[in-house]
Amino acid sequence: MRDRLIFLGQLGFTLLVAAFLVVPVILSLSAGVTVNYFRGIQSGITLQWVRQVWELYAGEIFLSFVIAIATLVVTLVVGVPAAYALHVRGGKLSRVIEEIITLPLAIPGLAIALALLLTYGGFGSFRRSWLFILAGHVIFTMPFMVRSVMAVFASIDIKTLDEGAASLGASPWRRFRNVIVPNAMPGILAGSLMVVTLSLGEFNLTWMLHTPLTKTLPVGLADAYASMRLEVASAYTLIFFVMIVPLLVAMQMFADEGQKR
Amino acid sequence: MSAIAGHGAAVHIERCGKTFPDGTQALAPASLDIVSGETLVLLGPSGCGKTTMLRIIAGLEQPDAGGRVLFDTNDMTPVPIEQRNVGMVFQSYALFPNMSVSDNIGYGLKIRGIDAKARAARIKEMVALTNIGGLEDRRIDQLSGGQRQRVALARAVAIRPRVLLLDEPLTALDASLRDRLRGELNRLLRSLGITTIYVTHDQAEAMELGDRIVVMRKGAIAQIGTPREIYFTPQSRFVAEFVGAANIVEGPVIGRRLMLTGGSLALQEAADIAAAVAMIRPETIRIVGQGDASLTGIIDSVSFIGDRLRLVVTGAAEKPLVVDAPNTIVAGIGDHVGLSVAPEAIRLLPRED
Amino acid sequence: MSHRTFVWICLLPLVVVTIAFFLLPIAQLVVVGATGPRGLSAYLAILTEPRYRATMINTVVLAAATTIATLVIATIAGLFLQRHRFPGRAVLIAMLTFPLAFPGVVVGFLIILLAGRQGLIGAISNAVSGEKIVFAYSIFGLFLGYLYFSIPRVILTIMAAVQKLDVGLEEAARSLGASPWAVQRDVVLPALGPAFVASGAIAFATAMGAFGTAFTLATNIDVLPMLIYTEFTLAANFSISAALSIGLGVIAWAILALARSFSGGAVAAAG
Ligand SMILES: Nc1ncnc2c1ncn2[C@@H]1O[C@H](COP(=O)(O)OP(=O)(O)O)[C@@H](O)[C@H]1O
Ligand SMILES: [Mg+2]
Repeated sequence: MRDRLIFLGQLGFTLLVAAFLVVPVILSLSAGVTVNYFRGIQSGITLQWVRQVWELYAGEIFLSFVIAIATLVVTLVVGVPAAYALHVRGGKLSRVIEEIITLPLAIPGLAIALALLLTYGGFGSFRRSWLFILAGHVIFTMPFMVRSVMAVFASIDIKTLDEGAASLGASPWRRFRNVIVPNAMPGILAGSLMVVTLSLGEFNLTWMLHTPLTKTLPVGLADAYASMRLEVASAYTLIFFVMIVPLLVAMQMFADEGQKR
Repeated sequence: MSAIAGHGAAVHIERCGKTFPDGTQALAPASLDIVSGETLVLLGPSGCGKTTMLRIIAGLEQPDAGGRVLFDTNDMTPVPIEQRNVGMVFQSYALFPNMSVSDNIGYGLKIRGIDAKARAARIKEMVALTNIGGLEDRRIDQLSGGQRQRVALARAVAIRPRVLLLDEPLTALDASLRDRLRGELNRLLRSLGITTIYVTHDQAEAMELGDRIVVMRKGAIAQIGTPREIYFTPQSRFVAEFVGAANIVEGPVIGRRLMLTGGSLALQEAADIAAAVAMIRPETIRIVGQGDASLTGIIDSVSFIGDRLRLVVTGAAEKPLVVDAPNTIVAGIGDHVGLSVAPEAIRLLPRED
Repeated sequence: MSHRTFVWICLLPLVVVTIAFFLLPIAQLVVVGATGPRGLSAYLAILTEPRYRATMINTVVLAAATTIATLVIATIAGLFLQRHRFPGRAVLIAMLTFPLAFPGVVVGFLIILLAGRQGLIGAISNAVSGEKIVFAYSIFGLFLGYLYFSIPRVILTIMAAVQKLDVGLEEAARSLGASPWAVQRDVVLPALGPAFVASGAIAFATAMGAFGTAFTLATNIDVLPMLIYTEFTLAANFSISAALSIGLGVIAWAILALARSFSGGAVAAAG
């Protein structure tokens, strides 16, 4: 009896917390397809707001994807070999490097953005191109890629595999392609999901780094929140959810799988 | 010494079975009476339901409907573990890592609202009893396996439990330490005189510690008896083979003789069985001259074990016989030998097929 | 090519990128912070200038309140979810963790939908009592927003820690007579200590630096990131905003480093 009461109490509390997280999302989804949110859902269901958002913000959404893919490419090309090097080298220097590249996790994005602006703000054509935003995203997401790959290396004794392949006469580059990368795949995939998700949703850095010609999806969102009617802002949020939630779900599934292994 | 322990309760288990929500029947309904002050050992291979039985007695699992657990005459079935006053030693010891050794030992006393002075005295008593003087202020991760085991025991005994429950308390230790602690534990349990239920899969531990042994198999009780009864008069092939080394031989019984491949052996009583199964302990088989023997065989291997010779003899029964012989006899591979077994050392078992 | 050379080649791009787009800019930030009209004392302004100090205290209090509230909520829910199996549990867990990487701006908007001028809470309270409750744009709205993005992350950490708890410890405590409350107090909460420190530090550091939520709520509450932003864009006060961001970065980093030395595990903020 007592156990039953405790159980129900905890269940109720947990449901309340879940409601706090989920209800606003449902509100925004429904507001995005309601003709007039003030009058409620009985005013009718429409896709006009979604269409309007698409007309107004397709450029922002497209640029976000370009930047996310570019960020992914850079973190893969730079981060995966580096994770391998940091793992096999070991030692103090490697730890210092790892520590430095993880700093952007602790330092607020605003500070990093300011630093980039104060350093490269004068390089006009770089400052004006989306590559400037890319630089910020790469710095912000790199630790996720490197750590995720290093975590895999730590769990599979990559050193012995590498040495085994070397004893068979494979050159370092071949070993990297044939042994290291295939074995690091789970970490590379998990890291990639994380990088794309974070890049698509990044605001703190991007808001400072963007120019009127290089707006991304979240920058457009902030715009819409400030200046558009609630229905349009909600429709825009709806589009963002449709893009980001599958990524989040895939990330969770990956994490669960990793725990089972 | 039993002042240290308080008194022990008699434990009655009535038709306690356990089926887990996933459908596993870990325990078929079983009844068991444990005398006050007795040490009862639950013995059996891994997965046979020993822990489940112990946890039902402790109150960590509820038996299936119809089962009851009584301490003396009190029905404990609905009583939660924290009110049962049982001392429990877990296989992993489950010592609290956030408390020192003496805080661990004193935790149950603190919960009972015993004042600091009385608590300190009792902790001191327990430290002396379990031989862990000097470790009182250590953290748990600063203790060796053997020391942890002692702390776990001290913590369980400190509360003067009505029943002491131990789940494989020595299994986590290495072999030599296990042997030493087994002896210590034996003396301690005897001096305490608390009702003790001790779970193990190690038959040597069961023999040394148990007043009585309950041999379990696949969630059921296979046999209950004193160590001697279990060893000398097993009631099934399973018990015979699980407890000690055993030769299982098969053949027809005609009159008072068991007929085997290499001859026959005399039995205590006459019977007429077409296919009998019998157990013969290796140390009860004597090597004798071929001429005097009704059973003969050929020595297949000889191992010197120190205090004795272990021979394997083929040709006597269908399967090779293991024989423990004195280390003084001269035996060579290929020798033809005679074998003799006292009739009372041959134990007929029920067939299980 | 020797293996040593190969490893260096693997490492080189990362070193170049990090120096060019992180270390150099941060160094520049430090220099700019020290070369404004105030000179080096700009770094002390965060403590000496009353307006900045008040903002600083505001931010720390808000972050601390968020951390404590999140830990309490996540512990109750996390313990419950990890200890019971019931139909719908997986869905409940998914609901509690899917907002894991929502950007701060979106969270701000969700808070507006909940407690803003056209918000759900306002509508309900209006229907019930005729009075429209609106608090999205106050410090309490900001607090709710910070809660929103801290809860999923902390719940995940706590659930993982609960899963690793040795149930034997709880059973041992109960066998010694401890009531359910005593078991929580003496065994479970102490064993979760490292997870509290780790996830609490992340929640705190993230709340200190969160900008998007405050930006969307467009409140007049002063929190450090908003102050830095206005100093930089509106007042064009580069050196002060640089000094303030360095201060903010150092605090966030120090909290995480401290937590890591405490709990030994990997501790990192994100978002
Ligand atoms: N909580 C549980 N849920 C389902 N099955 C269980 C549970 N606990 C034990 N079992 C099963 O019950 C059987 C007996 O387990 P146990 O009593 O622990 O055996 P022993 O202690 O003799 O090794 C095993 O098959 C085990 O897998
Ligand atoms: Mg067991």
